Amino acid sequence: MKRRDVLTRGASLAAAALLLPLAGRKARAETMTVSIDNFTFTPAEVKVKVGDTVRWTNHDDIPHTVVSAGKFRSKTLDSDDSFTFTFAAAGDYTYFCSLHPHMTGMIKVE
Amino acid sequence: MSHHDHDDHGVSRRTVLECMTWAGTGVLWTISGGVPRSLGLVDTANAAEQATGLTFLQISDSHVGFDKPANPNVSGTLEEAINKVKLIPSKPSFMIHTGDISHLSKASEFDDADRIISQAKLDVHYVPGEHDFLDEEVKFYKERYGKGSRGAGWYSFDANGVHFIGLVNVVDLKAGGLGNLGAEQIEWLESDLKGRSKSTPIVVFAHIPLWTVYPQWGWGTEDGGRALDYLKGFGSVTVLNGHIHQVMQKVEGNVTFHTARSTAFPQPAPGTAPSPGPMKVADDKLRGLLGVASVNFKMGEERLAIIDTPLQG
Repeated sequence: MKRRDVLTRGASLAAAALLLPLAGRKARAETMTVSIDNFTFTPAEVKVKVGDTVRWTNHDDIPHTVVSAGKFRSKTLDSDDSFTFTFAAAGDYTYFCSLHPHMTGMIKVE
Repeated sequence: MSHHDHDDHGVSRRTVLECMTWAGTGVLWTISGGVPRSLGLVDTANAAEQATGLTFLQISDSHVGFDKPANPNVSGTLEEAINKVKLIPSKPSFMIHTGDISHLSKASEFDDADRIISQAKLDVHYVPGEHDFLDEEVKFYKERYGKGSRGAGWYSFDANGVHFIGLVNVVDLKAGGLGNLGAEQIEWLESDLKGRSKSTPIVVFAHIPLWTVYPQWGWGTEDGGRALDYLKGFGSVTVLNGHIHQVMQKVEGNVTFHTARSTAFPQPAPGTAPSPGPMKVADDKLRGLLGVASVNFKMGEERLAIIDTPLQG
């Protein structure tokens, strides 16, 4: 019994240690939006947490794409089409429009 | 440029390149050695009459499938352009299409474009625009227009002693960059030109301008300069592009750069709008900003004439 208590308590503490920092920051994952207007990603840089989702929506009269080499690639987004991606790992994700490569942006995942 | 320049490259004949542009405002420009001179409309008629040798047409940026306010009926304006082509008294030898045939690379868009363009009853030599590679499997363009081409669709052919080179600068674009030809295509270009007489007139056509028009809007080709290096020494080089939906021209040494109008919608002059997107103009102005170009070589003089004709005006 005693040994089990210790184990349980230990596990609880470990779980609490893992959960606390996350819980302290926020309750659940969020969705951030990036707008595509006038051949520009706005905002050009977005900071999110691991588990958050980013949604890009194309408001131009011309199709665009959202591509981060080796990480994610949207289909061609016609006017008012959206693309979402959920970030499971921390890091800096640079991305661009593969049709208009002067359009670039960055998602910083912490 | 001067005779001396040509002598350096072993070109014996005078190879001054003249380019005439009817810019839709009723003004004809002759550009000789980079100096523009206005000629007026009577001379336009004379120039057209005197024209013998090879005449071909350039059509560009049909964007079939586009239905936004800048032009909700792009099939209609493409048809108007083709009807203008059908009315040309002396039948051109062929047509080149410098890309963005479709808007979203849908089979139905290519079908509509083909149905309309084929009414001109001319051979058409295509190069792709970035809007022609948007289908899921990226196969429609190659299946329809890429027969006998290499890589993503580049090729060359000869007509009336003129060497034509169709290039692809809309694939494998790099983040932050411009249009892109890529090493494989540039190597092919080098071998395609190797051993060719420097007096052979060369016409290069591709979708995105091969010269840097306005990098802030991506209007240029990252490695275009490398391709142009292989064209140095040729007496007459003409580079025809689309993509920017307006007439723009530059002469540099023996090379004339020229962009054609779209048949679908106009785009703003560089830096005059927040973005290069479709420009909405008054309905009665639209057809003055759309059109086709006809290109004529007078053999023996190595003279090239480009006449841009708007749908209206």
